[in-house]
Amino acid sequence: MELYKLKAHELKNMIKNREVKVEEVTKEFLNRIHKTDEKIGAYLYKAEEEAKASAKTLDEKIAKGEILQGLGGVPVAIKDNISVKEMQNTCASNILKGYIAPYDATVSEKIRENNGIILGKLNMDEFAMGSSNENSAFKKVVNPWNSLYVPGGSSGASAAAVAAFETPLSLGTETGGSVRQPASFCSVVGLKPTYGRISRYGVVAFGSTLDQVGTIGRDVEDCALLTQNIAGVDNKDFTTVNIPVQDYSKSLTKDLKGRKIGIPVEYFGEGLDDGVRKTIDEAIKVLKDNGAEVKECSLPLSEYALATYYIISSAEASSNLARFDGIKFGHRSKEAKDAIDIYFKSRSEGFGREVKRRIMLGTYVLSAGYYDAYYKKALKVRNLIKQDFDRVLKEFDAVVCPTSPTTAFKFGEKTKDVLSMYLSDIYTVPVNISGNPAISVPCGFVNNLPVGLQFIGNYFREDTLFNLAYSYEASTEWHKKSALIE
Amino acid sequence: MEYEVVIGLEVHTELSTKTKIFCGCTTEFGGQPNTHVCPVCMGLPGSLPHLNKMVVEYAIKAGLALNCSITRYGRMDRKSIFYPDCPKNYQITQNDLPICRDGFIEIELEDGSTKKIGIEGIHIEEDAAKLLHTTVGTLVDFNRSGVPLTEIVSKPDLRSAKEAVQYLERLKSILSCIGVSDCKMEEGSLRCDANVSIMEKGSNVFGVRCEIKNMNSFKSLEKAINFEVNRQIASIEAGKKLSQDTRRWDDAKNVTVVMRSKEFANDYRYFPEGDLVTLNIDNNWIEEIRKTIPELPYEKEQRFVEQFKIPKYDAAVLTLTTSMADFFEKTAQISGDAKSASNWLMGDISKIMKENAVCVEALKFTPAQLAELIKLINAGTISNSMGKKVIVDMFNTGKSPKAIVDEKGLIQNSDEGAILQVVKKVLGSNFKSIEDYKNGKTKVIGFLVGIVMKETKGKANPQIVNKLMNEEMKKY
Repeated sequence: MELYKLKAHELKNMIKNREVKVEEVTKEFLNRIHKTDEKIGAYLYKAEEEAKASAKTLDEKIAKGEILQGLGGVPVAIKDNISVKEMQNTCASNILKGYIAPYDATVSEKIRENNGIILGKLNMDEFAMGSSNENSAFKKVVNPWNSLYVPGGSSGASAAAVAAFETPLSLGTETGGSVRQPASFCSVVGLKPTYGRISRYGVVAFGSTLDQVGTIGRDVEDCALLTQNIAGVDNKDFTTVNIPVQDYSKSLTKDLKGRKIGIPVEYFGEGLDDGVRKTIDEAIKVLKDNGAEVKECSLPLSEYALATYYIISSAEASSNLARFDGIKFGHRSKEAKDAIDIYFKSRSEGFGREVKRRIMLGTYVLSAGYYDAYYKKALKVRNLIKQDFDRVLKEFDAVVCPTSPTTAFKFGEKTKDVLSMYLSDIYTVPVNISGNPAISVPCGFVNNLPVGLQFIGNYFREDTLFNLAYSYEASTEWHKKSALIE
Repeated sequence: MEYEVVIGLEVHTELSTKTKIFCGCTTEFGGQPNTHVCPVCMGLPGSLPHLNKMVVEYAIKAGLALNCSITRYGRMDRKSIFYPDCPKNYQITQNDLPICRDGFIEIELEDGSTKKIGIEGIHIEEDAAKLLHTTVGTLVDFNRSGVPLTEIVSKPDLRSAKEAVQYLERLKSILSCIGVSDCKMEEGSLRCDANVSIMEKGSNVFGVRCEIKNMNSFKSLEKAINFEVNRQIASIEAGKKLSQDTRRWDDAKNVTVVMRSKEFANDYRYFPEGDLVTLNIDNNWIEEIRKTIPELPYEKEQRFVEQFKIPKYDAAVLTLTTSMADFFEKTAQISGDAKSASNWLMGDISKIMKENAVCVEALKFTPAQLAELIKLINAGTISNSMGKKVIVDMFNTGKSPKAIVDEKGLIQNSDEGAILQVVKKVLGSNFKSIEDYKNGKTKVIGFLVGIVMKETKGKANPQIVNKLMNEEMKKY
């Protein structure tokens, strides 16, 4: 039996039943990474020694009779913008090349506390800016289903690594669809939790009011397991909320009787690929079959989400990325002569094109004379978008729609036309603006490329999303299909 | 032409909370460079601020003591500043929703009337790191980074350097009295910038203002404002146009110099700090804080005037610090002689403290001992001038005045018979002075009394010496 093909919850059970050692599981995935990651390009750092040492410690605990709770000895790979003590944290940017995080992000700490094994740090779009992973300063990540296609982004490697069996679980981050869109492109389950559900402490900030850590697994149960073990209030992050985390395992039921699901008509309009549309229509039938009451609804303001998103996220990014200045850590230009020169040259050399574009855009919209027209107005629109969701989600338990208007695209296809790249996030970005949770679950293929089904729920009702996604998954076979890479 | 001076002050005070504003690091002054630091106050990637509740509490307390209204809804903002002492290259501060607004401080004008100086608002923010310019280059010490500050902005109500100094003195005494800041200008825990402009007398249109920075004492504040006023008047009278500059006070050269002019002013690009949620301040909390405010200096001043019948001026000086006010009050109560207590504290004792750079808290003697000294003088046991010597010993040794008097045999001699003998002896050997006296030079009495005091080693009761000397002289 190939251990690496097992899901996290299956591995957890085997370890619990002493059928396999944590060390064996860890080594299995490290071998797998060695075998396939040259093709995939997911890992920026392989934490081999650290992972083996942690595995040994956990095996010793088991030997003493302890039953591992939480993640139970299962490996997790982490996006390279989440601090893991004594590992690199580059954000796939030259400006942070060589930077070693001296502390653990709260989520990294929780993974250790809850008996997870950290396998390594994952590739991404530089500073999480991008939708194809093509903005990594270090190397490209390919879609495990077809290496001519992008895995999505910015957490492209987080989705690709799970799809390619290089880790059973991974953490990504979302500012605007960065977990769900790659999950959709790679046929894995990806959750963007409610803003405030998971601590951002130690996660390199992009858009502070939008950023959330997201969880990825090969099925809903795995995604729920990982979420369960990292969610909750954190006194190091003032924006986390003290609402108890539900027991997500109780949500993993098939019957949807009594559930009301809305279909937002605006998410099925122009720009939606016909193949994707048909796939989603089929998926909605499954929900009906499982007992849900499905009805059309309207989210008219979602149309403005993308514009609002690029103003708010860029404004916040221009400020959040100000600290990368060559003074304290990361890249410092060898040419620089004085302090101002260090700023200009280090930043010019260290940041990539897309990052510079966003910093400039953000600086502009916050500038005296433009603030009211752009940033302030965007905040007002943001409120209206929130109200739109609040209104609809009073009536429905969730809304259902495609995660992305298309399947994965080819490398280079959208790099010349930035706007077309931005449009691939049109269905995912609205909930980053509103703060609602959303999940993407595999729902089929168009031309052998995966399609994702998205559910959007009420604040702090991740349990509802897991329930809907699980019900769908339990009635279909998509999650059992494996990517082609060997 | 006559001009009117318009001044507004921006005062930064470091709050004396134990920990920093956004992390758990200590706020202690000094320490080896970069030892009071963590990922948050060094601005490491991924770190997030968490607001120290005590900082908000202290700001509210300051606001209440300065007659401000307290907001129920506050917010932190980011201010973009690219400078190596600013670890995130933005400062977390408050822009348009500060914790306190619309307060005032009363100062006293020369004619004895009082004037209200408005306070625009009080907001909280983080302090910057310290740059150390060394021979190997500029180094950054982040120990100070994240120390909580309040910025207290006055309205442009001040009309002279003297008023500005008085405002700052009052502000300092109130803030130290309520315990929110130690207000040490020399350690930088109280920093003051002044906005200065001039306008034609009677006008209601303000002139072009300059902001002056880097004034490290009350004296330099006064000198800088006066310099700036004269500079601006001279400029205008020479027909020049003033530009809105930020200027730096040069304490060595006694001039203000341009740091930057408005054309190069920063665009701070303020926007809400998304890492911190909005501040909701409820009435109960405000009332809880109000209960912790002690009697304030100006309240104390009024009470001292009424209760102890001391002059208003004395009361104002004595209440500048809580420690001085407490020392006075105890001494006055024990001795039953408030005026003497005030005279000693404002006179000799202040002088000795200043010479030795010692504060009230560090005095070796107690209010009870000072009261004992006052009683010894009032009882005639020692003279006032002996008292002046005794106080020096008390200051140096902390011994009781009685012990000092006994040890040094300073007890005053009031034995008229014994003193008379010395007076007679002195007169017997100073016929020249007697002649002078007869010729109308009554001043010689003082000279002769002096000789008697010297002969008696200062122990003779001076009043008795005077009396006897006058009586004896008349016999000639």
